[in-house]
Amino acid sequence: MALRAGNPRRDYSGVAVAVPVTVPYVRYSIETAHWWIGRALAALVSQAGITLADIDGLSVASFSLAPDTTIGLTQHFGITPRYIEFLPMGGASGVMALRRAARAVQSGDASIVACVAGDTNHVDSFRRSLSTFSRFAQDAVYPYGSGGPNASFALIASNYMRTYGATRADFGKLAVAQRQNALSYPHALMKKPLTLDEYMSARAISPPIHLYDCVMPCAGAEAFLVMSEDIAQSLNLPFVRMLASIERHNAFADDAIQHRGGWVMDRDDLYGQAGLTPDKLSFIQTYDDYPVISMMQLEDLGLCAKGEGADFVRANSFTVDGTVPHNTSGGQLSVGQAGCAGGFLGLVESIRQLIGEPLGRQVRDARVGLVSGFGMITYDRGLASSAVLLGEASKRKAVSA
Amino acid sequence: MSMTNPAFQLIGALASGQMRIIDLTHTLTPEFPTLVLPPELGQCAPFRIEEVSRYDPRGPAWYWNNISMSEHTGTHFDAPIHWVTGKDLPNNSVDTIPPEKFMAPAVVIDCSEAAAADADFELRISHIEAFEAAHGRIPAGCWVLLRTDWSKLPPARYVNMRDDGAHTPGPAPEAVRFLVEERDVLGFGTETIGTDSGQAHHFNPPYPAHHFMHGKGRYGLQCLTNLDQLPPTGAILFAAPLKIRQGSGSPLRVLAFVEG
Amino acid sequence: MTEPLSRPKRKNPLKRTRLPLSPQPMRSRAAHLLTQAAAEGRFGLPTCLACGHHHYPPRDACPKCLAAEIVMAPASDLGQLAAATSVEVAQDLYFRERTPWRLGTVVLAAGPSVVAHLHGDCAEGDRVRLSWRLDRSGNAVAFAEPAVTTPNMSDDSQWREMTNDPKFRRILITDGRSSLALALAKALAQAGASLIFVGLADAWKPFPEMDAFKRIPGVEILPLDLTDSDSVTELAGEIGARVDILINTAEHIRPGGLTERTGVTLAREELEAGYLGLMRLAQAFGPVMKFRGADGANSACAWVNLLSVYALMSWPAYGVYSAAQAAVYAAALSLRSELRSGGVRVMNVFSGPLDTDWFQTVPPPKVAPAQVARAVVDALMKGIEDVFVGDVAEDIRARLAKNPKALERELGQ
Repeated sequence: MALRAGNPRRDYSGVAVAVPVTVPYVRYSIETAHWWIGRALAALVSQAGITLADIDGLSVASFSLAPDTTIGLTQHFGITPRYIEFLPMGGASGVMALRRAARAVQSGDASIVACVAGDTNHVDSFRRSLSTFSRFAQDAVYPYGSGGPNASFALIASNYMRTYGATRADFGKLAVAQRQNALSYPHALMKKPLTLDEYMSARAISPPIHLYDCVMPCAGAEAFLVMSEDIAQSLNLPFVRMLASIERHNAFADDAIQHRGGWVMDRDDLYGQAGLTPDKLSFIQTYDDYPVISMMQLEDLGLCAKGEGADFVRANSFTVDGTVPHNTSGGQLSVGQAGCAGGFLGLVESIRQLIGEPLGRQVRDARVGLVSGFGMITYDRGLASSAVLLGEASKRKAVSA
Repeated sequence: MSMTNPAFQLIGALASGQMRIIDLTHTLTPEFPTLVLPPELGQCAPFRIEEVSRYDPRGPAWYWNNISMSEHTGTHFDAPIHWVTGKDLPNNSVDTIPPEKFMAPAVVIDCSEAAAADADFELRISHIEAFEAAHGRIPAGCWVLLRTDWSKLPPARYVNMRDDGAHTPGPAPEAVRFLVEERDVLGFGTETIGTDSGQAHHFNPPYPAHHFMHGKGRYGLQCLTNLDQLPPTGAILFAAPLKIRQGSGSPLRVLAFVEG
Repeated sequence: MTEPLSRPKRKNPLKRTRLPLSPQPMRSRAAHLLTQAAAEGRFGLPTCLACGHHHYPPRDACPKCLAAEIVMAPASDLGQLAAATSVEVAQDLYFRERTPWRLGTVVLAAGPSVVAHLHGDCAEGDRVRLSWRLDRSGNAVAFAEPAVTTPNMSDDSQWREMTNDPKFRRILITDGRSSLALALAKALAQAGASLIFVGLADAWKPFPEMDAFKRIPGVEILPLDLTDSDSVTELAGEIGARVDILINTAEHIRPGGLTERTGVTLAREELEAGYLGLMRLAQAFGPVMKFRGADGANSACAWVNLLSVYALMSWPAYGVYSAAQAAVYAAALSLRSELRSGGVRVMNVFSGPLDTDWFQTVPPPKVAPAQVARAVVDALMKGIEDVFVGDVAEDIRARLAKNPKALERELGQ
């Protein structure tokens, strides 16, 4: 830490985050990840009003692209970027892609970086991906009942509930609010309202995890562009600015069982960079692979103290028009989890909310949004945590004829 | 075809039923008992059969087996070289025995009642004399077969192994000497696993049938069956062992030609 | 409390036999440190040789000091069950047909947290004991059981998936004349085996132990000669589909090295009884056992080879015998791999000289047949696959692990 003092943080000035793109999700797809990423890239080009050749940076997040990585996609798509990145980091991939692209743009290594997350979902791909997700999953998780992340998070949730007194109904409140949010979001796969009773009486998957605690694997893609403010303005694109961001991996390795994430190590830095406090947030998009993890993020990102997540949930409301608008497009729990695109979902939704162009309901007076990333449970805990504060949006200007 | 040719006369007799063939041979099976010796000594290998192919990928149109066994497994022939007393005799192994020795008359001394009463029954000179009194003198150059009906017994009683060894009938030393020296027989045959009795290692000399018969260049036949179907005299045995180089004996098919 | 296992019903002949499935068998090389421990029923943790730090899952570098030498070191097997769940929806076919399947996070006193299969008698917060077990894929998994014994503990269904408990199972002891057969039959009957078939070669030879065998409940004496292919095939035809555990007691022991013997007759007998006997059994009984690897509570589950520890390193005083045993051992390793996909575990039990006639002139320590029998039953109940019985076997194993060349010279003196 002493060494770090000699390297003060730089801000993200001059970076614009623009052109939120979603390729509508489907439950199962016969297409490949290449296809989904290609659709997203095409949408970015057309929505930005640029040509493919203008994209000189490509950052890709995908689990189902094998044997390819980003480099193979350059030839596949016929582009010649001077910056590429491959980030198969699941729930942390959105913020991570943004951070890296922002620095590339700031330094001039790239001018327009396309950040794309896309995954396909074949009928059998979820089962196949579980056993090969990581070496630790292969050695120490999958041979144990093959419940996948459901079982792993059941253990985390069970411990959390016993330690801090959270109940299933608390998690249910988050899930029900997200479903309410999803009802106005056109690309959500789950369009039926969810009641707390339905949540509570859903079938057990791996107790305390029940059906509506789990995301539905699906195929889809999310994307956005990172460029300099000057370029964004010259293209007349609405954009948002990065106020702060953090990232941490394998934090608190000595915790016997995960009850907090890496945000705790870096949240002061996060709010310090932005000169903000958590009460100034217009909305928050957590990584909701399970509601218990969302609750953990509310605590670890300083919306309430550790162990008070349940009380905080009970005291607030989380719909778009609630006291704490949360996962305003419905989150993965209602939209679906399209592999790595799940790590982009909250980020893309936040851009839309801040530039005032949501696909669903608009958060009132949205000025600052917090997007949190989490993921990569290779053994018993999510290893990656990340967060970004977005704000100071430049909205679309009316073009006079 | 000349009806004066004796070979054709034999065929004619068989065809007309004037003569019959009795098979004195047990089927070779893996289960058939073999001689049991103390375990630290070399052992007689039992009959074993392994399929090579049976109209299958190992041989699509044909069926055949590989077999293995001892020279002294199943119904078998003992050559003089089998015993130390016969080791230096001329023509003492199965490959060198003159082939004319393989066809010879046989007499059958029926001791089945006595053997049924006493598993350790010993054939003595008196039994031979009684036989000759009834059926005439045993001619030189013939097989003497000891009928005990032992071949009809189930395997455990056939071997009849007890703590002190096997208990099966066989000849007394003096009877073997008598047959060799006084009657000049071709050989001695039994239904039991050996030409000697189960307890013959306690005799003097031990294993007299082996000792005297092979010492004088005579032969042995063991594990015979169907002796009850033979007449006391008048049968001709065909007993030709496999031509094994320096072979001490051989499993074989023993056929008896008897009058219809 | 574990519900005691009840005697499995007779099979419904109209129902299709459930085919054996295997949990995911892929493991990293480092994870096979655990497989090695599980195979012998030992506990330990991956440990940095440089700094002594225990870790889990197994790694290729120490997560404390980055040193690369990682060994399996002894560690306390006690811990606390921090969290438990039961998988109701499994993706893998093996677990799908066995749900709900319990697992939990065990925080070991020695440090690491281990996600483990869970015995039914463990509740969150309990003190538990962790062990490495071989699952039906033959690879190591962590298994947590109550720290103190509970009633009917070994009847737990998940436990039974890891073990080869003879309770209610049907056993074939291949050679009733072996010096170990009677002791084995007694021990297995005591362990709850429902039927004990005992093979008997050369029924025409006296079998003095017949009465002793017949006094053991469940024993049936049947003709079986391991040197006769037809005999083995015939018996497999009759009882093959009812053999859940096969214990090959083939025994043919004669002293002497290669030059002390004359000819190969004896050696051939040794190979006939041992090596080829195993092969005959494997061909006759292996396929049907493999097919029945998931056939209910009394599924086919184990194949036991009783071996001399000199299969692992020649003892020239019994050199030809050692070689024949080495052949059996090598064949057993192949068989182990061949039967694994059926969930049938091949267990190799290594003993030093037995306290029997053929080792009369060998000085003690020697192994009593009853000791081997106890070890076999114990290993079946624990699901171990490499078993070393007695001081000599343990000694050879340790010396072999340390310096095989030294052992070669020592045994040759």
